[in-house]
Amino acid sequence: MGTIVAPAVRVGRGTTRAAWIGAAVVGLLVAVALSVVVGANPMAPGTVLDTVLGGGTAESRFVVWDQRIPRTAAGLVVGAALGVAGALMQAFTRNPLADPGILGVNAGAAFVVAVGITFFGVTSPLGHVWLACAGALVLTVAAYAIGSAGGQAAGPVRLTVTGVAIGAVFAGLTTGLTLTHPDAFDRMRGWSAGSLLERGFDVVLPVLPLVLVGLALALGAASGLNSIALGSDVARSQGVSVRRIQLVVLAAVTLLAGSATAVAGPLVFVGLVVPHLVRWTLGTDQRHIVLGSMLLGPVLVLLSDVLGRIAVLPSEMPVGVVTAFAGAPVLIALVRRRTVTAL
Amino acid sequence: MSALDVGRRRVVVGIRGLSIVIGLRSALVGAVVALATVFLALLALALGDFPMTLAEVVGVFTGQVDALPRIVVLEWRLPRAIAAVLFGAALAVAGAIFQTVTRNPLASPDIIGLANGSFTGMLVALLMLGGSWPLLTAGSLIGGLVAAVVIYLLAYRGGLHGFRFIVVGIGISAMLASVNTWMLLRVELETALFASAWGAGTLNSVTAATAVPAGICIVVLLALLPLVTPAVRQLDLGDDAASATGVAVGRARLAAIALAVCLVSVVTAVAGPIAFVALAAPQITRRLTRSPGIPFVTTGVVGGALLLGSDLIAQHVVPLTVPVGVVTVVLGGGYLVWLLIHESRRRA
Repeated sequence: MGTIVAPAVRVGRGTTRAAWIGAAVVGLLVAVALSVVVGANPMAPGTVLDTVLGGGTAESRFVVWDQRIPRTAAGLVVGAALGVAGALMQAFTRNPLADPGILGVNAGAAFVVAVGITFFGVTSPLGHVWLACAGALVLTVAAYAIGSAGGQAAGPVRLTVTGVAIGAVFAGLTTGLTLTHPDAFDRMRGWSAGSLLERGFDVVLPVLPLVLVGLALALGAASGLNSIALGSDVARSQGVSVRRIQLVVLAAVTLLAGSATAVAGPLVFVGLVVPHLVRWTLGTDQRHIVLGSMLLGPVLVLLSDVLGRIAVLPSEMPVGVVTAFAGAPVLIALVRRRTVTAL
Repeated sequence: MSALDVGRRRVVVGIRGLSIVIGLRSALVGAVVALATVFLALLALALGDFPMTLAEVVGVFTGQVDALPRIVVLEWRLPRAIAAVLFGAALAVAGAIFQTVTRNPLASPDIIGLANGSFTGMLVALLMLGGSWPLLTAGSLIGGLVAAVVIYLLAYRGGLHGFRFIVVGIGISAMLASVNTWMLLRVELETALFASAWGAGTLNSVTAATAVPAGICIVVLLALLPLVTPAVRQLDLGDDAASATGVAVGRARLAAIALAVCLVSVVTAVAGPIAFVALAAPQITRRLTRSPGIPFVTTGVVGGALLLGSDLIAQHVVPLTVPVGVVTVVLGGGYLVWLLIHESRRRA
């Protein structure tokens, strides 16, 4: 699809893009390092390094290997999944305001998890994952069905409000369910703020294969999405099977948003902000956007998590609160610009 | 006015200077819905742990029965039923004002998250200042007003564009919602359950002591409605047309929005954020009356019936008693989704 993007590519753009991708990789490494070094339990960076390399005291080994590294892994997985899910949804619905959180996908996943916890006593992380994926699938299909009802892409406001409405209905159902079942309420409230606290490898490892499949599907669908961006008819004339791309994207979003929600709870705005930052720097080629979102999503989640750990010492602010505060201003800045609807 | 008659039958209600023009169809719809409300209210007074027949309920008002039924009906159930009607009317009128002023059916206080602001204020009052009812009320009023001002300022850019207003509102709303969840995390389970039930919107805690002051506020605020109505009607034509007909656009809009925010905040302070009545009632009314704009009075009547009906469902139809907000969010949100699908189908 290179020929399609060609007119927009300026001379020297390739090197700029390589520089940006390099910067994103460096940013990711810095974020990972910070996430391992910074915490409520202060340790010298030297001690941390020593522990990572196999030394350290019993306490430092516990803090680093049992708490910070699993948590960092969770942040990486969740960030990449949400960033790419957001990029796919924005391209798929051709709507700059699409986000798994805003479109209610996370709320749907949360509702199904709540049903599982309340009525079926599901406690294992793997159980949460499948429930969350089922909820995400239903909501993604619903958002898409409503977005394309009438045979045309829905306007940003219509789609956003539809998502908010669906999300509100599911959040209401979740509230009704948890309020009438205090045990479930207690278990849900830690999860529903969106947090990486105490998410160990036992939670991350089961979802890892699902996220990897989702990311692979996303990369595979990216060039097809470039064609769809020009309209279904053009895409078809270029030999792209629109239906197949739609199914692949749907599967990818379901796996990614469902897994991320199962691990961290409903996080808003990561999927909204990351693709926009990527588009501003890397341009509009979906392959670059997917790749860039995969790198930048974890940066945002990990930095938000680090900030949440030290912002309100001695207690901790869940990463979901930090991402909401980081994301809402971007959303507001987006709509205050004049050309908001252009993707 | 006859020179400008556009062919719709209408009735004029009011005294010199302060009159309301109501379309005939609006008036009829209003009357029918009002009758339905009376029936629902009798039902609300009859149903409960101490069941009574409708005849007995009517008997209470005509002074024919003994003490116990009188206490049950007049002191236990009547405040709640009246509160449901008044609160529903207040929310519906506030929604109608927002939707008319921004010229967008989706820019209602539910979507833009005034309720989340009120809830944040209430939680701050509850968790940091201890929480007596006056404090909670003040907290939720301040929270709602501050949220409204912030959204207005952020969305204002050489005019109030409905789309920007909604999306800014959604952003602020999501921020506040995450703060609310976080604050609920930091308290004990019992407090969190109480706050969470309030946060869903409930009439369970409504008593005569809280309902009477709120009811008086609402009646006073609704009485101010005819003062802003003419200007709001002009705003519905667009800012340019409105200022061409001599309306001070900015001031009229601010006055109207302030009135709407006060209505929402008064309700939220007592009953919590009851979702989607403000959004659904004006739209239902517009469809029932086939009116070009949103008739405020009829909307108020419809809103009262909606909330009273939802509260009946929440108390008596759902197996476990749930907050009324859970019922309205499911019914209203479902209606909104249906509306969005239906409209995009029809346009295609």
